[in-house]
Amino acid sequence: MSQITLNVNGAAQPLELEPDMPLLYALRNHLNLNGAKYGCGLGQCGACTVIVDDQPVFACLTPCAGLEGKKIRTVESLGSAEKPGPLQTAFIEKQAAQCGYCIAGMLMRAQALLERNRHPDEATILEHMAGNLCRCGTHLRIIEAIKQVAGHNGSLT
Amino acid sequence: MAVVAVLGLIGAVWLMWRPAITAIERPTMFDTAQLQRGARVVESGDCAVCHTRPGGEYLAGGLPLVTPFGTLYSTNITPDVDTGIGQWSLPAFERAMRQGIARDGHFLYPAFPYVHYRRMSAADIADAYAYLMSGPAVHAPAEQNQMNFPMNIRPLVSFWNLLFLHGEPLTPLAQRSEAWNRGRYLVDGPGHCAGCHSPLNLIGAEKSSEYLQGGSVDGWHAPALVGMGQRSNPWSREQLVGYLRAGIVDGHGTPAGPMRPVSLSLARLPASEAEAIAEYLLSLENPPSVTETTAKTPASEPADHSTGALLFSSACAGCHGPAAPMRTIDGRPGLQNTSALQAASSRNFLKTVLEGLPATPGSPGPLMPAFAASLDNAQLGALATYLRQQASPDQPWADLSSTIEALRQETK
Repeated sequence: MSQITLNVNGAAQPLELEPDMPLLYALRNHLNLNGAKYGCGLGQCGACTVIVDDQPVFACLTPCAGLEGKKIRTVESLGSAEKPGPLQTAFIEKQAAQCGYCIAGMLMRAQALLERNRHPDEATILEHMAGNLCRCGTHLRIIEAIKQVAGHNGSLT
Repeated sequence: MAVVAVLGLIGAVWLMWRPAITAIERPTMFDTAQLQRGARVVESGDCAVCHTRPGGEYLAGGLPLVTPFGTLYSTNITPDVDTGIGQWSLPAFERAMRQGIARDGHFLYPAFPYVHYRRMSAADIADAYAYLMSGPAVHAPAEQNQMNFPMNIRPLVSFWNLLFLHGEPLTPLAQRSEAWNRGRYLVDGPGHCAGCHSPLNLIGAEKSSEYLQGGSVDGWHAPALVGMGQRSNPWSREQLVGYLRAGIVDGHGTPAGPMRPVSLSLARLPASEAEAIAEYLLSLENPPSVTETTAKTPASEPADHSTGALLFSSACAGCHGPAAPMRTIDGRPGLQNTSALQAASSRNFLKTVLEGLPATPGSPGPLMPAFAASLDNAQLGALATYLRQQASPDQPWADLSSTIEALRQETK
């Protein structure tokens, strides 16, 4: 066990962790942030996607050791059920979720893109989102939701 | 004096001026069998690997090629009249392929491998021409090259050509098998393997004295293709054929980086082509001067492998650990047996971890996520040290941290 302080959604979180623990386990089991999901554990599906600094990463494959001093953001930082953020609102309006398991990852990957490129075209969105899978097949609605946010100028938070 | 000046002028014109070849109406009628042969030639020449940019139209160019002399953009080789090769006759195309001169007479940069294409048969060049001219025309003007002075002056390429442009179309050697001759033709002609796998000299020409002895491309190490059967981890014919066709082969792994699209091209060709290449390459022996480095370079102090082991179990073992389903069900090799970890250079291992293996749209194959944002430099170094220790305990990689730093800069 070692002492690691993670900066998650703007708050410093001192934790006692096995140093080889992937970030996803720390988020879910120690911080009760259950938005990010365990899908494949192999970096092949994207259900665990969170943002580290400004990059989307697979939390299932990102060791906690080495994340000290970096800003980690999970889907919980985008808004709440009562007050969803712009991207979450678009996902609701476009009814982009079927079972919902992939959605937290989809949101975070899309958020990272929109923060870097406020008005991506469809080809850019498709290429960027290719690493995240939805087994229900709601990709078309997910893409529609992202395009909706990409198509206006409002704030992303 | 006047005579010298006139002779100098004539010499300069002879050297640096090439006539335009008359524009033609785009030909439209081609024989179906010829088009099928041409498609294979274009695939074996990897034309699309450079002449198609990511997300761009097939063969419409626009891929940036970063060279030590500046950045070049590949050009549009669809039969578009204004921006492609729609006005090129077969003689104009053949001159470009053999001499590196565009239809309008301007010198092409040797990043276009005409030093190899000139060794192709006239029939293959004609077939490739037919295939290219039969494709859809895409309007895509060439991007402006950003070459540094003096290489931005195209006629200067004529001096380069004077030094390095030689070699006739390849003819089969009677004492060798048909497959060997085919392999040599593919390697030295259309496949232009030496473009990456031979070291380049200071002005970007392949060192013919170090033919296929290893080079570099886009930050990757292009391994030596000589002595492949003589190494401590030798290649069998079957392994090499599988690898060349983008397979995952026991004992070596799967093509990554710039070799991945090349292997996907080869996978679309009949298996006999990769078999021929393997036949030829495995016949190439190490030159007498080159022996695999066996000199032991012990680490200055015993490295601590615990961090690397922890990182491996955390980030890698899900796919690469001994019990991982990809190992037990899919039969992928242990990392210690891959070419990347066996290589004297750490570059290919580090590049693979940083960039991953992107998925190939439309075809099954390995998909490895990029770890550039998940691992910091110290972690990457610890992981590399640990895995190298397992692959080659006597020869730890030197200069890991500076290599990692350089690769991070290159990918920015």
